[in-house]
Amino acid sequence: MDWVGIFSSALSDMIGPFAAIYALAAVGLNLHFGYTGLLNFGQVAFMLVGAYGVGVAVVTFSLSLWWGILVAILASVVVALILGIPTLRLRGDYLAIATIAAGEVLRLFFNSTYTEPVTNGAFGLGPTNNEFNALNPIPNGTYQLGPFQYTSSALWVMLVTWSLVALACVLVFLLMRSPWGRVLRSVREDELAARSLGKSVYGYKLQSLVLGGVLGGLAGVMYTMDISTQFPNNFDPKVTFYLWVIMTLGGAGRIIGPVVGAVIFWFLFSFLGAFLGELFPGANTGAARIAIVGLILMLLMVFRPAGILGDPEEMRLEVR
Amino acid sequence: MRSADRNPGPRAGATAAQSESVDESIAQERERVLHHEQEQDLAASAAAQALASVAAEPGSSKPDPILVAKKVSRRFGGLLAVDVEHLEVQRGTLTALIGPNGAGKSTFFNVVSGFDKPTSGTWRFNGREMAGLSANRIARLGMVRTFQLTKALTRMTALENMMLGATDQLGEHFLPSLIRPLWRAQDKQIEVRADNLLEHFNLAHMRDQFAGTMSGGQRKLLEMARAMMVQPDLLMLDEPMAGVNPALTQSLLGHIQALRDGGTTVILVEHDMDVIMSISDWIVCFAEGRVIAEGRPDDIRSNQAVVDAYLGSQRALPRKQEE
Ligand SMILES: Nc1ncnc2c1ncn2[C@@H]1O[C@H](COP(=O)(O)OP(=O)(O)OP(=O)(O)O)[C@@H](O)[C@H]1O
Ligand SMILES: [Mg+2]
Repeated sequence: MDWVGIFSSALSDMIGPFAAIYALAAVGLNLHFGYTGLLNFGQVAFMLVGAYGVGVAVVTFSLSLWWGILVAILASVVVALILGIPTLRLRGDYLAIATIAAGEVLRLFFNSTYTEPVTNGAFGLGPTNNEFNALNPIPNGTYQLGPFQYTSSALWVMLVTWSLVALACVLVFLLMRSPWGRVLRSVREDELAARSLGKSVYGYKLQSLVLGGVLGGLAGVMYTMDISTQFPNNFDPKVTFYLWVIMTLGGAGRIIGPVVGAVIFWFLFSFLGAFLGELFPGANTGAARIAIVGLILMLLMVFRPAGILGDPEEMRLEVR
Repeated sequence: MRSADRNPGPRAGATAAQSESVDESIAQERERVLHHEQEQDLAASAAAQALASVAAEPGSSKPDPILVAKKVSRRFGGLLAVDVEHLEVQRGTLTALIGPNGAGKSTFFNVVSGFDKPTSGTWRFNGREMAGLSANRIARLGMVRTFQLTKALTRMTALENMMLGATDQLGEHFLPSLIRPLWRAQDKQIEVRADNLLEHFNLAHMRDQFAGTMSGGQRKLLEMARAMMVQPDLLMLDEPMAGVNPALTQSLLGHIQALRDGGTTVILVEHDMDVIMSISDWIVCFAEGRVIAEGRPDDIRSNQAVVDAYLGSQRALPRKQEE
């Protein structure tokens, strides 16, 4: 077995473009669930509208990348408002249901023949990243440092996306140490108590949903910058599931929890892919890989429910 | 004068010192309460004077009501949990709400504080129509309530719980929150106020502990202190003394009275008749959702309807056994 190859690819993916993209989306999800207690089971919906916002603007309407990014951000805001305004006054479960549905509805809608003239439907929309690649300052070629190996375009995506992740983490840090963050956490702990102290719970939930949604949308933008041609089926519910794994793995309600989670997740995920591929050559091991990720999540929930960075004592306070 | 001035030295690190000084502190407490009672007479008389000419009958009108409820009702299926024809609460008084279990006291709280929607009826607070306003809006307008089942924010520290209560915080707005110098000074002031209150409620040693680690009684105290951080015009306390030890109860009562003397109107739901009779300026008795009696403690003590409704069930029990 080619252990060197397996580890090389696992280590490369650990901090590769996908790890960065998932980390960014998970920072948004962490704001929703980890800090506000919002049950968002459709973070992929924000990634989808982010990716298609920029994709449709750039490919279908030949606008510049910057307009595309603006469209992506606005689309994320609109999705957050559409999801949030009717459901955030209701019990938490309603947002959960609405977000699950929204992700699937959007995927099917963008896949449908009606929208084909704009989204190119199942045939895929691309290339979305010409302008982005033109901005790449790193000379063409493949770069290697020990086991880490990337193309120049992957490095460019990594550079931009990890920078965005760092900015997002700083933003969350600044917010959470402020009185604004205090209100957000009080909403997570007990909505009624927050309201009894005069806090506009609905307003804070909406702000959180919008902000975390925009981070998801930006993750979608970087996703399409990486893969260039996107298909609606890239945005299936599995993505949201992985994001939840990442957030829980790192520790919900911790600033860099999603980053730690994304790095570990992508190492394991890539390792399992390569390992199972070598173990059963030619077999389709995709399902086994996901099953093992599920198993790891279960073990984590049993032995370290607060995640890598979380405080188990704090976790236990929830159960009274 | 506020009881703050008379409070003994800081209690930080009280856990160690506590056990030795329990006797001492109870003695101090008694002294303080006695001392307080003398003062109380003055303040109480001010509140009582305002109510002197008020008839002791359900729905009587008060000279300067802060809260006026008209035909407020709340129905749960076939059960009419609250059916208040007319109720006024005099500004600046300590008004007690009494009544048997299930009389509708908490439901009445829920309705007027905006946490529940009435089946019918309107109510005015500070002369302003409140029906239809959200709970947070009502709280911001100065009517703050606590819950019978405590709502501590478990994964936040006691101090954070307290500081959340302060109103008009610039740092609670999204953009200013990102720039610390804008809200730092205000936050410090709030912290000082929070620390003072924690001190008063014997919670200073829990300052940096998660509220979830607190005992039931401590959570009750924390919730009451947190409500005071809002500095409301009307404070509605739903059984604040339930589960709090007797010595501390005395000091809390002192605190509630001091609050009243400082101009805050207090509505208190409580089952302990001794407490009720000793501290309230006015008593409202609920039974089966209705106000069956109102009056000064002396009026209530001798009121046959109250005795029947409130104590009747208890009296009936031994009688049943005799048969
Ligand atoms: N959400 C609800 N659904 C159905 N019935 C309710 C609900 N809340 C209260 N009730 C009923 O309304 C009546 C009044 O309840 P409430 O809690 O107001 O009583 P209370 O006077 O506060 O009693 P206690 O002194 O025991 O706290 C009770 O009979 C109760 O069963
Ligand atoms: Mg009650």
